[in-house]
Amino acid sequence: METLFSQTTEAIRREAKDLLESGKVAAFLGFVKGSLPTVTRPFVARTPEETDKLVWNGLCVMNLANYLPGLLKSLEPPRRPGEPPPEGPLPRVGVIATGCWSRNMVIQIQENQMDRERLVILGVDSHGMIDRRKLEVLAGGREIQSLEETDERVIISGRDFKMETARQEVLRDNCLTCVHPSPVILDKKIGPTVPERRVHEPFARIEEIERMDAGSRWAWFQEEIATCIRCYACRNACPLCYCPTCFVDDSHPQWVGKSIDKTDTATFHILRAYHCAGRCTDCGACESACPMGIKMRLFTRKLQKDCLELFASEPGLDLNSPLPLTTYQPEDPDTFIIAGSKKQGTQGGSEK
Amino acid sequence: MKILKLDNSDLKTLLTRWNETRDLFSPVEGNGKVGWQRIEPLAFNEPAEGVPRASIKVFFFPQPETLLEYSTRSGDRDAYVPRPAMGKGRERIILGVRPCDARSVMLNSLPFANDPYFKVRKDTTLIVGFTCERPCSTCFCSWTGGSPMGTEGMDIAMTKIEGGYLAAVLSEKGKELLGHLHDTKEASPEERKQLEALRKQAQKGTGPAGSPAEILRKKALMDLYNATFWQKLADSCINCGACTFLCPTCYCFDIQDETVKGKGRRIRYWDSCMFPLFTQHASGHNPRGQKIQRVRNRFMHKLKYFPERFGPLSCVGCGRCIRECPVNIDIREVMRDLLSIQ
Repeated sequence: METLFSQTTEAIRREAKDLLESGKVAAFLGFVKGSLPTVTRPFVARTPEETDKLVWNGLCVMNLANYLPGLLKSLEPPRRPGEPPPEGPLPRVGVIATGCWSRNMVIQIQENQMDRERLVILGVDSHGMIDRRKLEVLAGGREIQSLEETDERVIISGRDFKMETARQEVLRDNCLTCVHPSPVILDKKIGPTVPERRVHEPFARIEEIERMDAGSRWAWFQEEIATCIRCYACRNACPLCYCPTCFVDDSHPQWVGKSIDKTDTATFHILRAYHCAGRCTDCGACESACPMGIKMRLFTRKLQKDCLELFASEPGLDLNSPLPLTTYQPEDPDTFIIAGSKKQGTQGGSEK
Repeated sequence: MKILKLDNSDLKTLLTRWNETRDLFSPVEGNGKVGWQRIEPLAFNEPAEGVPRASIKVFFFPQPETLLEYSTRSGDRDAYVPRPAMGKGRERIILGVRPCDARSVMLNSLPFANDPYFKVRKDTTLIVGFTCERPCSTCFCSWTGGSPMGTEGMDIAMTKIEGGYLAAVLSEKGKELLGHLHDTKEASPEERKQLEALRKQAQKGTGPAGSPAEILRKKALMDLYNATFWQKLADSCINCGACTFLCPTCYCFDIQDETVKGKGRRIRYWDSCMFPLFTQHASGHNPRGQKIQRVRNRFMHKLKYFPERFGPLSCVGCGRCIRECPVNIDIREVMRDLLSIQ
């Protein structure tokens, strides 16, 4: 059956093939069908033939921006540390981008992780991606052996069941509250435009948590991360996490204990979230990647709300607006930073 | 091998008795998250099809395992003198273990044969397995030398039949667990035949022909190492540790000293060959500094190095890594690719 997804798939294959055939890009980053019905596999096509395998559907949940800095680097000719890059343009990569992924690309460009010139972005408006955990709940623990998706419906079936539901019912939480489905930087638009969305109470769940007293909120947080196995899938799926050595891996100095310990696990999750403050685009890759079904996206969502309220800032919407936490103006309020700022002449300057 | 026929009330009686002197554990489903938990005897339900999300290794490789304890208070007479911390604890019985998980204990015993900590865990743990009526689509135990009806690593293997269970008694400890039922509840010749038929049926696998372990042992290491498909895997992989931490036969660890307020402990905790620091040398050199090298190592270890050293594959075909990999890396494809290399 012809659907928006099948049309977009065809268009992506055509464009990607063109890009590789014409030599405009050295590689094209997209998705191929997975070996299981509820997942897709991020895939790097390096030959025009390989683009026939590309797909586009509601299961494309991994944020492709995550792969870009590494992939671009791997395509550069090898050189010694300190040696300047060769003359002339470096190999380029073609990539698919939805709203949130394109915003992550903006952030990576702003943070000097990659160069806009080296990207050819095929922009696709997102219709929202499917949460496979919601599908699992729908199937009631029975194994899902096939999945069919139309523009509005999702049909899953297994050994002795077949169920149909509205796509809306099984979309990821972040997609349900998304107001920026369209890519903000792109070289070519693929498929139809999705109108800017208005979401009623986009932070409803966060407000619910904010209303809890400190004790219940702490209990909620502990319960949420109780099953964490510290596999770092959330971190590794995140395009904001590109540090060569993460603070959790560092052993000299060691910032946090390495095994499963309540305090250490909590430290990891809190710090991971804070490192994403003012940068997270709510792409939901962390939650989609988690093998234990932890809803760690709520932690970054809270910080997103804070950034919006405190700085009126949504990161990655514009290459020319700086990220809220990496910019400083002399008139920024600082009374909360400087200890004893009421006294005259304290270290770090006084209030004027 | 002695086979007993137990009905549901026999099982309940047994569980209640076992619980008097031992801790019972079984897969428990809650909040959509399936894990292992200590249970009350009458709370035991036959496990749902498939395996719990966490593997049985949580019982044998606690996260973390305290190896030594010491004091760092200079006033203490034994300051900085480490004491072994090997608590024997109560015996425990793990119920509802699937054949793949049970077999993983046997496979892990090969490299850990002389590890005193592993040995204590193993000696104080009894495994009451439940064979699989209906394998999942991600199950491939028969490729790896196991079977949905497999009993390796179990003390007792339960197989559900009409009106109860057939219980195969597989160890002296298993025999002791069954007490007087061992002598009074022997299965009839018909019931034995029924079990035999189920086992034969389970042998009809769908995997590659022959024994993958044997075929891969014979292939030249460098041919497998230099295969071109590793690049494709590395392209998709995000290098998280989900596969290794869920895998029942991934046992790699690191050791660290943790000191808090004058009390120190040396812990052994899970490490993953997917992490860059796994092989980082003190000099700064990293022999597996690239993602492709780490991805390759995970599979080469399971499918080539381990079989060369110990015989079987270091994989039991439980399918956890396939189900939970966020980018759909599928070890069955890797096996097929490796087997097809000439």
